Amino acid sequence: MPETLVFYAFSALAVVASACVIGQRNPMYSVLLLVLSFAAIAGLFIQLDAPFLALALMIVYAGAIMVLFLFVVMLLNAPQEDALIWDRTHPLRHPVITRVGTLLAVVLIVELAYALMRGNDLAQGVGSRAGRETVSSVRELGRVLFTDYMFAFEATSVLILVAMVGAVLMARREGEQS
Amino acid sequence: MDLRLVIQLVVIGLTFFMLINASALLVLAERKIMGFMQQRYGPYLVGPHGALQPFADILKLLFKEELRPKGADKWLFTLAPVLSVTAAFAAFATVPWGAETTLFGLLDQPIKLGVADVNVGLLVIFAITSMGVYGIVLAGWSSNSKYSLFGGLRASAQMISYELSYATSLAAVVMLAGSLSVREIVDAQQGTWFGVINHWFIFLQPVGFIIYAIAGVAETNRAPFDFPEAEQELVAGYNTEYSSVRFALFPQAEYINMATMSAVATDLYLGGWHGLLPFYTPLDPLIEQYGLGWAVFLAKVGGFLFFYIWMRWTLPRYRYDQLMGFGWKFLLPVSVLNLIVTAAVWLYFNA
Repeated sequence: MPETLVFYAFSALAVVASACVIGQRNPMYSVLLLVLSFAAIAGLFIQLDAPFLALALMIVYAGAIMVLFLFVVMLLNAPQEDALIWDRTHPLRHPVITRVGTLLAVVLIVELAYALMRGNDLAQGVGSRAGRETVSSVRELGRVLFTDYMFAFEATSVLILVAMVGAVLMARREGEQS
Repeated sequence: MDLRLVIQLVVIGLTFFMLINASALLVLAERKIMGFMQQRYGPYLVGPHGALQPFADILKLLFKEELRPKGADKWLFTLAPVLSVTAAFAAFATVPWGAETTLFGLLDQPIKLGVADVNVGLLVIFAITSMGVYGIVLAGWSSNSKYSLFGGLRASAQMISYELSYATSLAAVVMLAGSLSVREIVDAQQGTWFGVINHWFIFLQPVGFIIYAIAGVAETNRAPFDFPEAEQELVAGYNTEYSSVRFALFPQAEYINMATMSAVATDLYLGGWHGLLPFYTPLDPLIEQYGLGWAVFLAKVGGFLFFYIWMRWTLPRYRYDQLMGFGWKFLLPVSVLNLIVTAAVWLYFNA
């Protein structure tokens, strides 16, 4: 029973925080609420017997990536979005674009609902489906990652490297030497 | 209620109590050691030899007026110091500070000295210390002051940069011990080589230990890397606009982080509660026998903290670009190299 209560507490926190990320007008608060939502999801991972996943989420996303987000928001000193000044000329507010966006959102929701309806083992932990050891033990997770999923792992790292090189290239000013 | 549970709760309370006192004692120690190094007395009026100075400091801070700048963000300005000190306390949760003990035969089964023993303990410490940066960044931003903002920006850049070398140096130790549980890492350092030198990881990882110490200083924002609060440039950095208790929480968080950093260094590199000195002494079996490992642990942490304070009052502050260049162009490559060499040697001998 206490586990169920904790589960609902974390879930509610994650959902409410994520909703507030979008609803918030102050970008600074949005970043912090996203961190809160990550923390709640990390709590859910721990409940599902995947402590490594939870801590990786905290270290990589909450600890490093979100700090960089915060850094950018602070440096840009982004103004609060004001409801009164509703910029109708903004390219993203073009009627065609909004309609396509709505359509995609509806498709996504239908897909999600379909996937959730089909799965009948949602009550089980992450570990119990893939063999509990695989997820809960860091050793086993590493072994699987570097043997069975070797290609996916290396491909992802190359992808990240490409993104990084691209970012460095874009950060360099035009015509600047070295 | 179960006696074991009660004692475990007492141990948890004691850990919390030790951390609170550690911050007060460290303030006094720092001022006394600084006085000694600068050939003066340091605080000596309150209590015998100034021993009660921390109480005077705390009282003074409690009775000051709490100010908030006009343009400050109300919520975040209050949240920032709380966040900072909470992260500092929570990070100690998985740091063990003594061997398993039955309290001189009082209990049937031994209890573990430390708050929690989880199998990914080291990652927990790492995850929570990386949360500490939010306190400083938010303090800097929410104050609505340029000095504070610069302090916060510097803190976030510095802490992210040095976290990498910090984590990489720890990964080498994890590889040697074959576990992420801090208690298992400590117990992997039991015993001696040839009956002379204690089996501490500092002898297997001298480079890693130095990287850890440097990155640890940068992580806790202490001199010579105290850029977030460089007083000659930024008044007091991220905490410029803070006063009273809100201000007091920042130094407290800093001192607790120092204690955590030293405790982790002791657990990971200096054998934890195994062996008093780097070489075998006849005292070592006696310490194990009488269950005084925790005292040895505290002595080592104290020594490391002294080293920390010593460094602050000896070395001048770097320049900010030097700090960044050093972190990214020297420390990170060396720590990655250290990890690779460790892995290669480990494979050569164990596979």
